[in-house]
Amino acid sequence: MIDAENLTRMFGDVKAVDNITFHVDKGEIFGFLGPNGAGKTTTVRMLCCLISKTAGEAHINGYDVSNEKDSLKIRKLIGLVPDNVGLYGELSAYKNLDFYGKLYECSESQRKENIKRLLGMLGIWDKRDVPVGTFSKGMKQKIAIARALIHDPEILFLDEPTVNLDPESSKIVRDFILELKKDNKTIFLNTHNLDEAQRICDKIGILNTKLKVIGTPKELEESLWGKKTVIQLEQVTDSILKTLDSLISRKIVLDKNRIIIDVVNPEIENPEIVNAVVGAGGHIQYVTELSPTLEDAYLKFVGKN
Amino acid sequence: MKLWKSWVIATKDFSIFRNKKSVIYSVVLLPLLFSIGLPLTIGVSGSDNGSIPASALPPILNSFLFFFVILAASITTVIASYSLIGEKVQKSIEPLLATPTTDSEILLGKCFASFLPSIIAIYIGFIIFMTLIDQMTYNTLGYFFFPNWDMAVMMFAVTPLACLLSVELGVILSARVNDVRTAQQLGQLIIIPFFGIYILSEIGFITLHVNNLLIISAILLTVDLILFYISTLTFKREEILTNWK
Repeated sequence: MIDAENLTRMFGDVKAVDNITFHVDKGEIFGFLGPNGAGKTTTVRMLCCLISKTAGEAHINGYDVSNEKDSLKIRKLIGLVPDNVGLYGELSAYKNLDFYGKLYECSESQRKENIKRLLGMLGIWDKRDVPVGTFSKGMKQKIAIARALIHDPEILFLDEPTVNLDPESSKIVRDFILELKKDNKTIFLNTHNLDEAQRICDKIGILNTKLKVIGTPKELEESLWGKKTVIQLEQVTDSILKTLDSLISRKIVLDKNRIIIDVVNPEIENPEIVNAVVGAGGHIQYVTELSPTLEDAYLKFVGKN
Repeated sequence: MKLWKSWVIATKDFSIFRNKKSVIYSVVLLPLLFSIGLPLTIGVSGSDNGSIPASALPPILNSFLFFFVILAASITTVIASYSLIGEKVQKSIEPLLATPTTDSEILLGKCFASFLPSIIAIYIGFIIFMTLIDQMTYNTLGYFFFPNWDMAVMMFAVTPLACLLSVELGVILSARVNDVRTAQQLGQLIIIPFFGIYILSEIGFITLHVNNLLIISAILLTVDLILFYISTLTFKREEILTNWK
């Protein structure tokens, strides 16, 4: 559906996007994570045929983004929600959407139907005739999403769709994105909201000019370290540590009264470890699994930790 | 090129203009003020009672008519600023560029949006002005001064070319300016050469008859073509998204 191969964009001598390669399948939510200035928006703009690439290849549904004729076909296939909503504040929600429906060459009946459906889904049909300049940020964001969907595109590019939104509005937008996934829409989501990416993305790419890593949220988390078991004790004694040393050949880390142990098969190993600790006179307060988070992965791959 | 898409963009801008008081004032009030005010000047000065001799009236009336050219250039600048810089200020240019619409279709839509309201307003002003002038000067001149060939060239060549010049200047300015008011102020510089022509005609240095007006039209056309080339270079999506300040 979306293919990029060695995609590069330079602004003068500065590489904004450096040699990135990825593939997004139909119906997938692909999250593009990265700090400000990582090249996320530049990548989206190249894929949406808004700016040219310096090198490499990119195809949307087989159409070449650098081909003039293909670019018009691509723009019919896609919907874009840019980082700035860019609505016409003087016009009503209905007129904003109707204007874009016309430019996307939708028939009048199709426009009417889609506007009613989208504004209804987003809970703003009642405010269709109100100028959008009077709307809250969350409502404007909803209109911007509806605008990108007015022609029922197969692919949706969302550039920071929940930035500056309150938690409730963010949730509405996220839930709406998940609804779109049910309709088998392909979604390319630029974000630096790790929680959002973890919740809704099937696959994540971490970008910092170069594409650092790509995988499912779980794969990225597990790429940091394997499974670990944490045992919180009332007090860690030498005999407990000696017992564990003799039982386990892998790494054991002591953090105050916590023992962190690398495990391969926690279902089998954890009962043995617990028995050994109790046998050595340990008083266990709790046993838990230590999992790396997407944030850990992000910080590692963007080179901030 | 799909002309209807340009028209869709223009009609959207017309809807926005209806909510902008400064646009309404410029488009409606200014031409009305000139079209009634200038004939009143003639009336008050006394064309009927012979204070202005019949031989002096034609150059004065042609000079007055040239006011509408100045007005056309000025009004178009106001509208073009809203049309182009407005998109920039509202940051609506990116979603607009993401639609299956070509740069030329968008640019043409913006030209329609800036050009048509101005030219329609000016033509209405012309008609009111000429009707009133004919009524007020008939007794002195013994004939209806308008319509005449000077007026035809002024109305159908110089005025549209002056409007076009303002639109193109608006496109070029929109690449460098970030707010509507600055664009309008800079754009108003366009009236300086036209005002110069008006002053020269008033002091009798040039006369605004057909030949001179055709020369002015030819100069305007040349400048329009040059600015059109520059504005098409400026109005490219890549340029807009990466280099517009």
